[in-house]
Amino acid sequence: MTGKKRIKVIMAKPGLDGHDRGAKLLARVFAEAGMEVVYTGLRQTPEMIVEAALQEDADVVGLSSLSGVHNYFFPRVVELLKEKGLDEVLVVGGGIIPDEDIPGLKDSGVAAIFGPGTRTEDIVEFIEEKVSRN
Amino acid sequence: MDTKSRDLDISLIMEDLAAEVLQGSVRAMARLITLVENEDQRAFEFLGSIYPHTGRAHVLGITGSPGTGKSTLTDKITSVLRQQEKTVGVVAVDPSSPFTGGALLGDRIRMQRASGDPDVFIRSMATRGNLGGLARTTADVIKIMDGFGKDWVIVETVGVGQDEVEIAKTADTTIVVLAPGLGDSIQSMKAGVMEIADLYVINKADRSGADALVTEVRIRVEQDAQIKEAAWRAPVLKTVAVEDQGTEPLLEAIENHRSFLEQSGRLKKVRREKTRQETLSLLKEEISRNVLEKILGKGRFDDLIEDIVAHRKDPYTSVKEIVGTIFPEEE
Repeated sequence: MTGKKRIKVIMAKPGLDGHDRGAKLLARVFAEAGMEVVYTGLRQTPEMIVEAALQEDADVVGLSSLSGVHNYFFPRVVELLKEKGLDEVLVVGGGIIPDEDIPGLKDSGVAAIFGPGTRTEDIVEFIEEKVSRN
Repeated sequence: MDTKSRDLDISLIMEDLAAEVLQGSVRAMARLITLVENEDQRAFEFLGSIYPHTGRAHVLGITGSPGTGKSTLTDKITSVLRQQEKTVGVVAVDPSSPFTGGALLGDRIRMQRASGDPDVFIRSMATRGNLGGLARTTADVIKIMDGFGKDWVIVETVGVGQDEVEIAKTADTTIVVLAPGLGDSIQSMKAGVMEIADLYVINKADRSGADALVTEVRIRVEQDAQIKEAAWRAPVLKTVAVEDQGTEPLLEAIENHRSFLEQSGRLKKVRREKTRQETLSLLKEEISRNVLEKILGKGRFDDLIEDIVAHRKDPYTSVKEIVGTIFPEEE
């Protein structure tokens, strides 16, 4: 009679750009895959995103950025999560991220970067595999 | 041996969870809510330890059709409560997909002001198949926030149609939010959601048709008073939540209702009834869990189904027989 554990995702857009088509599409893709997705909307500070992850007991934080602020915002989210003791939360990113930035983001603790053209099934699969291993 | 010591470890970690909530750990509260949502049996023990510390928060329910502005209104009410230095917990319920089980929980977007305030705890919940406007475990989540020490717990239901009235059994004060443009006066006369309001809010009151809607709802309230005498007459208030208009009068009206509940002795009565219902449904669940485990565990149930499919037995007599073997008639 116990309910099934569902993967909980925070989908957020840090910074000031207003391009949220990708983030909204992915929020729907994750929900279709059976996950519970909290969509926090535009113009989120890293503090707001991490507070949401804390309160919602999220398994995953998905970050989308198209304005070039990823090198600051993505690592900052990882850092704040660690400060709150949320080390096990999986952080993934997407949007317009130049290839040369990816190694640095991964070093900072972002698990994966999914650029334009990534098959959505691959993203779902990646999350399901990583989260079930925790 | 290994698995046993591991189980012990887990229960030790878990034991801290209820204590941590009572000591004010937000992380522990968030994790315990997940256990409760998953209907994990271990959660009940913690709820038991938290229960003595509950009953202090005022529980405010906000319900209404999709798009009437429930989330925005929740954000504004929270903001006024915070100015009064009250702590607030918010439970925002959105529907789960009946097809995939997934959910898109979007209430947080409208709560930007509240979500930037660490003294406001917002939890989004998916209904996970429950149909009454709340999730099955919402009442337990409210208790956790109450035990944590929140002065107010605001519960926002899914966007309701006409029939989802569970919130009235869960909240101390229930607000029904309406917006102009959704139907004629017959809609406001119908049963269901329109019957559960302690307060009506006509939101988006800057749109055309708002005054007509206010009049219609006031007529309904007058009709209610003529049909059945009641100690409380639901006020009808206008708000424009996005512009933060009407929020303070709304909070005054909520406070009035709260005083009415306390002074008339109704709060005690309502909470006693709530306790009875909750305990009864816990009892039913526990009995059926135990009994079903016994019956289904033996594998004889599958044989019985085959007999019924083949029309060798009938389901009505068979069920009576099974219950008879578990609860023999007392001499």
